[in-house]
Amino acid sequence: MSPRKAATKTSAVPRRKARPQLRVVKPARRVAAPGPTTRELMAHAYALELEAAERYAEFAEAMEAHNNREVAELFRKLARIEHRHAKQILGEMGWTKPPAPPSTGYRWEGLEAPETADFTALHYLMQPYHALVIALHNERRAHKFFQKLAASATSEKVRREAGAMAAEEAEHVRLIEEWMKRTPPPEAGWDQDPDPPRYVD
Amino acid sequence: MTDRRGTPRTTLSLAICGSGGAGVMTAGNMLLDAAARAGWYGLMVRSSGPQIRGGEAAALLRFAPHPIDCLDDRFDALIAIDWQNIHRFADEIPLDEASLIVADPDQGAPPEAYLTRGARCVSLPLKQLAKAIPGSWPNMVALGLAAELIGVPAEAVKQVVTRSLKKAGDTLAASLAAIDAGAKAAGEIGAGLVLAPPPPRSASRWLISGNEAAGLGAIRGGVRFVAAYPITPATELLEWLAPALPKVGGVLVQAEDELASINMAIGASYGGVPSLTATAGPGLALMTEALGLSVAAEVPIVVVDVMRGGPSTGIPAKSEQSDVSIALWGLHGDAPRIVVAPNSVADCLTTTQWAVHLAEHLQAPAIVLSDQFLGQARAVADRPADVAFIGERLTASAGSEGYRRYAITDSGISPMAIPGTPGLAYTADGLEHNERGIPSSGAGDHRAQLAKRERKLVAHDYGGQWADVEGDGELAVVTFGSCTGAVREALARARAEGIDARLVSLRLLAPARPKLLSAALDGVERVLVVEQNQSGQFLRYLRAEFELPREVASCRHPGPLPIRPDEVYRRVLEWSRR
Amino acid sequence: MTTATAPSVAARPPQAYKSDYKPIWCPGCGDYSVLSAFTKAFTALGLAPEQIAVVSGIGCSSRIPAYVTSYGFHGVHGRALPAATGLKVARPDLTVVAAGGDGDGYSIGGNHFLHACRRNVDLTYVVMDNHVYGMTKGQPSPTTEPDWVSKLSPAGTGLRVFHPLVVALAAGANFIARGFSGDPNGLAALLAEAIRAPGFSFVEVLSPCVTYRPEQREWKGQVRPAPVGPTDDAARAARRLLTDDGFNIGVLYRGSRRPFQPPVGKSAARAAELEKAFEI
Repeated sequence: MSPRKAATKTSAVPRRKARPQLRVVKPARRVAAPGPTTRELMAHAYALELEAAERYAEFAEAMEAHNNREVAELFRKLARIEHRHAKQILGEMGWTKPPAPPSTGYRWEGLEAPETADFTALHYLMQPYHALVIALHNERRAHKFFQKLAASATSEKVRREAGAMAAEEAEHVRLIEEWMKRTPPPEAGWDQDPDPPRYVD
Repeated sequence: MTDRRGTPRTTLSLAICGSGGAGVMTAGNMLLDAAARAGWYGLMVRSSGPQIRGGEAAALLRFAPHPIDCLDDRFDALIAIDWQNIHRFADEIPLDEASLIVADPDQGAPPEAYLTRGARCVSLPLKQLAKAIPGSWPNMVALGLAAELIGVPAEAVKQVVTRSLKKAGDTLAASLAAIDAGAKAAGEIGAGLVLAPPPPRSASRWLISGNEAAGLGAIRGGVRFVAAYPITPATELLEWLAPALPKVGGVLVQAEDELASINMAIGASYGGVPSLTATAGPGLALMTEALGLSVAAEVPIVVVDVMRGGPSTGIPAKSEQSDVSIALWGLHGDAPRIVVAPNSVADCLTTTQWAVHLAEHLQAPAIVLSDQFLGQARAVADRPADVAFIGERLTASAGSEGYRRYAITDSGISPMAIPGTPGLAYTADGLEHNERGIPSSGAGDHRAQLAKRERKLVAHDYGGQWADVEGDGELAVVTFGSCTGAVREALARARAEGIDARLVSLRLLAPARPKLLSAALDGVERVLVVEQNQSGQFLRYLRAEFELPREVASCRHPGPLPIRPDEVYRRVLEWSRR
Repeated sequence: MTTATAPSVAARPPQAYKSDYKPIWCPGCGDYSVLSAFTKAFTALGLAPEQIAVVSGIGCSSRIPAYVTSYGFHGVHGRALPAATGLKVARPDLTVVAAGGDGDGYSIGGNHFLHACRRNVDLTYVVMDNHVYGMTKGQPSPTTEPDWVSKLSPAGTGLRVFHPLVVALAAGANFIARGFSGDPNGLAALLAEAIRAPGFSFVEVLSPCVTYRPEQREWKGQVRPAPVGPTDDAARAARRLLTDDGFNIGVLYRGSRRPFQPPVGKSAARAAELEKAFEI
């Protein structure tokens, strides 16, 4: 079941042949080229939080429509949190409106931003713990993302800023872990549904 | 046109037959055209073998100084260019001792089937006559002969031929000469046939087929999108529409099959454009699922079903009235729809136009039950009057929140938002839905929507178009569609014998109007139901939907032969004497 | 070429294209992302919702018209393309998008798929392919692998899968692309491009069914951007598509056939003029 798998996969090295890169017009740079600017870094940070928030909101709607109120509420909460993070970034940067995406597009490692939950991770019978497993996975990926950015930064300023973002994400990781401790683990047979799927059309 | 010709007749029927490129249809069409030009009314029906080319063919014509809607009980003359497989048409060309056969002796003897009732045979070497005029054809000789036999002036014939054979020169001259030769030969036969002179022309007249009339009716009604899939005998309707529609800003698209054509038309109608398709029985069977969609989503659509011999592939080139059941009851679920039936060639125009109006106004599918006889017959008719039915769809104008596409209203009709209108976007759905169009399996919604769709049809006032009700008497003959002409003639004959009988020809079959029929049958004790099918589909429908008098009888047989006036006349006579 | 209205002063955000009705799709279904991608594409194109019509057949993915605020038409199984064709030909001013699943589109809708590609009317067809009939509880579809076992195919179908992109190319589609629901932003860009492209644009979207094909969660690890850019050479495209393994994402073919659109609209002639041919 995916939420369980998600928990174990965070440290596993993906066995894919190549990492899919999206909308990268230029080939990966190997030679030392200028790293991201502060603006680019924070634009990524903002987009990351916003996309995560939107995804959690979509999750909440899907769970609500399937009568899984508890998990829906949890995802709504996560969405609010991510929205708050996004707002914080705007505030820190003094931006009155969301920054435009970089001309070359966002440079995520995967198909979407690292904090954006994978849609296929949902299960209509999932329990709050599973939702937090997803959130944990996302925060850890975001943390790694900023760590990498910090390591590849070519300016001290940006390295510090990326480091600060990484630290933020590490804090989020810790908060989710705390939250998980307070949340009952999934019951055995949580995904058992005595009813078969329904025909609708 | 004197003594040799006998008393002028109020109707004459003549058939021309031949095979293998004999040009029978051309000759027949030209004769009809010429008679029309000369002021007569006429009707021509074609019959042929199954071959695509070179098969046996017969042109069946009838003329009169008054409008005609059906073939007579017999033919006065049969002109045979040759006899190959012509025995096939014996049932369709009834001859008797007063009939005349003119045949080419070099082509063999007439088949026995034509001689059983003592028709007079006259030999005329048509082929030789044609050969004597280089560049001419036997059918032109036959044309000249036929025209002269019945009294259509050669001048009218020549005008028609000249217009058709646009490339002048040898062919035209030869054809004209052949016509003269045929006319001369006719003079020597002494047939004793002559048509009563035509009346002075009071109104504009047309020469038109039922299929063309239906196409024109559709356009008059506002149809501007047609999806087409060819099928005998509806193809000509679509082919007429293909160049006609663009002239009025419309479009015809050929589809890959009937499933596509009906769905295309529904899609276009959803977009706000009155739409139509035409087919025959097998195509209608394929379309039934989509017709249900039209009912459920309340998207108007008109389907012309040009009925032919069934079931299954049946007899594609012959007429039959055997799609009544599928039209009335062929959709799954409770799916009310409109079914109308034109009852003459000219009425194909008015009734198709009416169908467009009804479909648009009631936001429902309308099936027009035409048939091969009406569809492919060419008739001289008085120009159908301009009628005021123009499709009027109740549309929703741009508004604010709260638009309910399927709102429950007293009339059952709810305004339809046309794509492009801001603020009213909705999803049309075959799924049962609530007033907003959101899918719903709730009992309340289903009942409300079913009642809405039924009420909108049943509550509508269909006006005088619902039926032709004529005459008086204790006996009534109830029929529909192409049988109407024969019934009308039969009752005219009965009246001449002092027997009064009422005619009720239904144009509106669904929704049924029991109150109206009861009023039309007030005082009637006996009803004779006339239809052209084996199982009595129309009778079954009448019994199911209406209050009928105590005594009901059926006069029916399936295609390919038409119901003839005499069959009905005899039944009326015999029944009223009892 | 769909004439997209210039984005108004405040271009509509994707939320403006999402209706209030919550999808019935199982949580985890790829179609949620496809819906999201649609809304983002509409935003990018700056189209007014009333100028868009989404036409579908029957199946899980065919429920999509109700979930967007544009005009919608939820027709019968397999017949989205003819309905969309009729609508677009009669109303060329609208942006028409046909949508559905692999069963609806390639099985019962197969014939219409061929002819829609051939006819090349200016519309966009999006197939959410999950290699299964989801709505009817898990039967093989034309794109299901031959060894996939189900109640209707206890030994697998044993049939070679249908190759929709190859068929689309052969039948005459003017724009052929493959998308992946796990990449909603990329898909949104792809959809916008498809809608902008004139003629018949076909976008096959890999969209996992977590209920009947949970293994399709692995797709995110298997898809890749197409190794080369789109070609406008049909022969080259044919070679590429015939050897394509089903996981190349992006625009694969962009042709230059002129769209089919008969002229419609007002004209000088009136119905009365058509009668002249019948007058004696």
